[in-house]
Amino acid sequence: MAPHDTPRPLRFVFRGQVVEIPRGNPQQTVLQWLREDQHACGTKEGCAEGDCGACTVIVAELADDAEGSAAVHADGLALRTVNACIRFLPTLDGKALLTVEDLSPPDGPLHPAQEALVRCHGSQCGFCTPGFTMTLAALHEHHARAGTQPSRAAVSEALSGNLCRCTGYRPIVDAGLQMLPAGGSAPALPLQGVREQLQSLHKLHSGHTLHWPHSDTPFWAPRSEDDLAALRLAHPDARLVAGATDVGLWVTKQMRTLPGMIWLGDVASLRQMQEREGSLLIGAGVPLEDAWQALARHWPTLAEMGQRFAGPPVRHAGTLVGNLANGSPIGDAAPVLIALGARLHLRRGEEQRSLLLQDFYLDYMKNQLQRGEFITGVSVPLDTRASAPPGQPGWQVQAHKLSKRWDCDISAVSASFALRLDGSGDEARIADVRLAFGGMAGVVKRAAHTEAALRGQAWTEATLKAAQAALTQDFSPLTDLRASRDYRQQGCAALLQRLWLATRPTNPLPASAWRINAVTAHRTEEAL
Amino acid sequence: MGAVHTTGPVGQSLPHESALGHVTGRSAYVDDLPELQGTLHAALGLSPVAHGRLLGIDVAALKAQPGVVAVFTAEDIPGPNDCGPIVHDDPILAQGELRYLGQPVFAVVAQTRDAARRAAALAAKVIQHEPLPARFSLREAHASGEHVVPPMRLARSASGAGVASAMAQAPHRLSGQFSLGGQEQFYLEGQISYAAPQDDGGLKIWCSTQHPSEMQALVAHALAWPQHQVQVECRRMGGGFGGKESQSALFACVAGLAAARLRRPVKLRPDRDDDMLITGRRHGFEFDWAVGFDDAGRLLALDVTLLGHAGHSADLSPPVMTRALCHIDNAYWLPEVSLLGALPRTHTQSNTAFRGFGGPQGALITEVIIDHIARHLQIDPLAVRQANWYGQDGDGERNTTPYGQKVVDNVMPALAAELVEQARYTQRRADIATFNAHSPVLKKGLALTPVKFGISFNVNHFNQAGALVHVYTDGTVLVNHGGCEMGQGLHTKVAQVVAHELGLELTQVRITATDTSKVANTSATAASTGADLNGKAAQDAARKIRERLAALVATGWGCAAADIAFRQGQLHGPRGQSLSFKDAVGQAYLARVQLWADGFYATPGLHWDRQTLNGRPFYYFAYGAAVSEVLLDTLTGEWKLLRADLLHDVGQSLNPALDIGQIEGAFVQGMGWLTTEELVWHPQTGKLLTHAPSTYKIPTANDVPEALHTRLFANRNVEDTIHRSKAVGEPPLLLAFSVFLALRDAVAACGAPGCQPPLSAPATPEALLRAIHAVQA
Repeated sequence: MAPHDTPRPLRFVFRGQVVEIPRGNPQQTVLQWLREDQHACGTKEGCAEGDCGACTVIVAELADDAEGSAAVHADGLALRTVNACIRFLPTLDGKALLTVEDLSPPDGPLHPAQEALVRCHGSQCGFCTPGFTMTLAALHEHHARAGTQPSRAAVSEALSGNLCRCTGYRPIVDAGLQMLPAGGSAPALPLQGVREQLQSLHKLHSGHTLHWPHSDTPFWAPRSEDDLAALRLAHPDARLVAGATDVGLWVTKQMRTLPGMIWLGDVASLRQMQEREGSLLIGAGVPLEDAWQALARHWPTLAEMGQRFAGPPVRHAGTLVGNLANGSPIGDAAPVLIALGARLHLRRGEEQRSLLLQDFYLDYMKNQLQRGEFITGVSVPLDTRASAPPGQPGWQVQAHKLSKRWDCDISAVSASFALRLDGSGDEARIADVRLAFGGMAGVVKRAAHTEAALRGQAWTEATLKAAQAALTQDFSPLTDLRASRDYRQQGCAALLQRLWLATRPTNPLPASAWRINAVTAHRTEEAL
Repeated sequence: MGAVHTTGPVGQSLPHESALGHVTGRSAYVDDLPELQGTLHAALGLSPVAHGRLLGIDVAALKAQPGVVAVFTAEDIPGPNDCGPIVHDDPILAQGELRYLGQPVFAVVAQTRDAARRAAALAAKVIQHEPLPARFSLREAHASGEHVVPPMRLARSASGAGVASAMAQAPHRLSGQFSLGGQEQFYLEGQISYAAPQDDGGLKIWCSTQHPSEMQALVAHALAWPQHQVQVECRRMGGGFGGKESQSALFACVAGLAAARLRRPVKLRPDRDDDMLITGRRHGFEFDWAVGFDDAGRLLALDVTLLGHAGHSADLSPPVMTRALCHIDNAYWLPEVSLLGALPRTHTQSNTAFRGFGGPQGALITEVIIDHIARHLQIDPLAVRQANWYGQDGDGERNTTPYGQKVVDNVMPALAAELVEQARYTQRRADIATFNAHSPVLKKGLALTPVKFGISFNVNHFNQAGALVHVYTDGTVLVNHGGCEMGQGLHTKVAQVVAHELGLELTQVRITATDTSKVANTSATAASTGADLNGKAAQDAARKIRERLAALVATGWGCAAADIAFRQGQLHGPRGQSLSFKDAVGQAYLARVQLWADGFYATPGLHWDRQTLNGRPFYYFAYGAAVSEVLLDTLTGEWKLLRADLLHDVGQSLNPALDIGQIEGAFVQGMGWLTTEELVWHPQTGKLLTHAPSTYKIPTANDVPEALHTRLFANRNVEDTIHRSKAVGEPPLLLAFSVFLALRDAVAACGAPGCQPPLSAPATPEALLRAIHAVQA
């Protein structure tokens, strides 16, 4: 028996104690475990698909890499809000789980988030409230420790993965502001001793793979890339899972039985991000939230797409590479990374290779991954970072998505553009261009004809029109529940127009002239 | 009855009675109740086709699935296979005919919920059927005369000449069609029923429902049992919004059937997707309209055909249509009006109650028509609205609704004037024109829309309520009443009313679960009437106890009972005497005075003729208005609400914080209905494709502007309602019309003056872009 096939109990910290579970069904979700096994019913099921946030819990782990992590950092711990409804129980191994019941002892004082929610009338039916409470509690912990205060927009953004059907949100956002008074607020999550407990679990597990056997769905959580590679070869039918934000639904909605799961969220080396040889390398285990913040640091124009890409709990659980590997034609990461010229790094046993992301996708939900192979990471060349103001020579990068709702919606169209101008004014020519679209075909792909209509041309309205006309040669999109074929085509043409308006050599429009989120209402204090 | 000498918590912004439970996760919903030993779980097998002949079900294959204990089909129902609330056309489980994709056909009961769901998911394999042609189009069904009930007509002619003549003589005429989508309730807690056999042969059912008495009656009906054998309880719902008025019945009946047959507790909690595939929602409407008007935009003649999307059965569609017809007028005098309301039958979910209950659909078409008039005349839509307000003189000729009720409490002109001032409407209208003139891509839009909403059930006999008030010997009070708590704060308001009546702090008063074994024959908690009806009933009960205590103490103090005041936990006599409430209760107990009382209330003065659609269906009207400002991206149709100002009339508020919560919540919910919340059915199969939050998009926190200004209009109900308050649940949903019409305004800024954007609802980015391209062409 290989070392990674030695079973051991699952261990994690819950209610201040180390819980040890020798056997179980790895497809059980954290929410089912809480509600059905623990009879801890404070955490609710609203949708069982990670879209409503009623099941929001906090997962704490030892902070291995504070740098660049978007987690809340507290006492050597990294805290993240996640959806318990699509999180498989054994992925908690070596971590701590906090639920709404942990925020205040019976008959004890309320957590500041709870207190503020009561004071602001932030609950009506109350069913979504535990989820909002947990999101606010994590936000509170961050700001209490940093000594900062969130803006109203930041609170709304933090809450965008929690749905409330009663209040209209205003009182909940108020609570998020009021829980952090100007004079500061003390950290309030019950984290005493958790770090030490996790350290002792870490020591006990001593870097060995967790193997949690099950007749249908054996579960492995390797700790090293070599172990992962060996497991992947040994169990090529097992499903690789990094965040389970899609695979979770295969179980909760489609009631599939997975033929084994290999969890790569605990492979430390895959959770690294680094700049190397002119590229940003993002490991396969890096949460989407962390990865996108890193991308947005290099390409600030990508920030808005990051905020609109799923809700925060999904971004904390899911990974950037998971979104790429999943390969959905409506995934939001692929268009951006294809436009940026990203490369995937793959490994099969000891063999490693890399290929351009744009070459990875073959057909609808088909890709280049070989049996026994997995993606270790993605590297994004930094050469397209904007080097000049709009309209001037250099690269410009844009990312857009069209959807019915601003936040946390699946794109009807997702598009990303990288465009390099040479020369300026009347001399300006498009030296290079990469246009990648999602939602327009069975795979995310570049618009070859449209690019050809642009490449080498002067960046004029006539060129734009030619490119818009060429779009129909590249794509013949479908009508579905998200949008009609016509809207997808018109939307893509409109997004190209945005590109032109914002980057044209003469009189480029500032973002505030074409981006609705760059405009805010004139404050009307006299009316208040 | 003497003057009420009490002071107490009425009118204060007290937190929701369950707020602490909500934030700590300790408030229990049905699925959180500790499960009884031996509990089994049910799941429903759904029709895989929109229309078909049901030939058989392979029950043996289902029973062979792991963990399955039993399978029930329509044949297993001892009583009538029907859970229709009005017309008896709603099978619990399909029988003979499959009527929509998603219709429950059988129930699997298994050891675990997972096992039940896995077996039920075999539905497409085990249901033998022969497909039949299915009908999804409202207009086609109407044309072929397929209706769930016969069409309704409402006409009124002030001149006696009739609409056709007024239309012909009008200086201006416009006509058009308008398409308005439906809306999923999206209560966060899905449907659920948990039924447990009792040792006396009865059943107790914990059900997330707005209508426990109807659940009791329908379960008894299906089991062919007397009603006294079924007890239904609901402490709280995780939202209802109308979706748990009639449509909780199917789940209650199936859980009840399984529990009664198996003599085991059975819980039925459908997954969100199944919930949305099985249950109906707000009716989408199609309108054909024609209007005649003068140079000032005054409505001279209005002719509207309303097609309401009933779905496969009647459910609550007839009263929904009645309310739509009764809200066509919204806040306006319509001298000549002719309305036809039809409810075509299609092979889709049966649509039902949803906050507003047809009222929003009826009122919206008139607001859309007014917007057309204003654009046609090229005057501000606000001016057209102002020209058409009902008169303020109760006996004037401009005060009678098309259904014959006099409007005697009209505050619309004053309320709108106040809002125009507060929201700086005129200045912002000018600012927006300037912005739009200089902004090539982004355009702003602005709209002020009014609400007048009739309060009472349109069916007289539902306007009644009962309550029980118990005072225990330590002076604490327990209240039970017929209304259900779904988040709206009803229990808080009723507790405030009782505490106020007895001069107590709110902490002295507790409310218990709504329970058919306590208050019988209750009406649905619906039509915004919860606090009006149950508050009055609880006040009646509390007042009886107060009067008994006062009578007893007055004897000792030698004063009149009416001179004793109850405040701050004390009874106060006219000569400075005082006695704690607790001591008074103690004395009363020893004196063998009854310390519990029932209360009852029936709304006075209502009458309604269902044949002629005439009478006084509403006790009074609630009013409001909103101004919304939007920013539209004319390249993509994306948009953002920049600011909203809401001014709403709740009479004299029982609890301003709860009322503001209802107003803002309704506004945002209404905004979702008219913008992002698009329902899509597959055009061939009829499958609802938007059956989960991944595909059906209700608003998020980011959709609500920082500049959201909500105020209560200073008013007092002219009718003798509970503390002169007004109902608040539904009316403010209509405030969201301002968002839709602000979007129409922004689209119009892309076209020539006088253009009419062909904007349908919901105004998704796609619908907006289509309208933008139309006005640019």
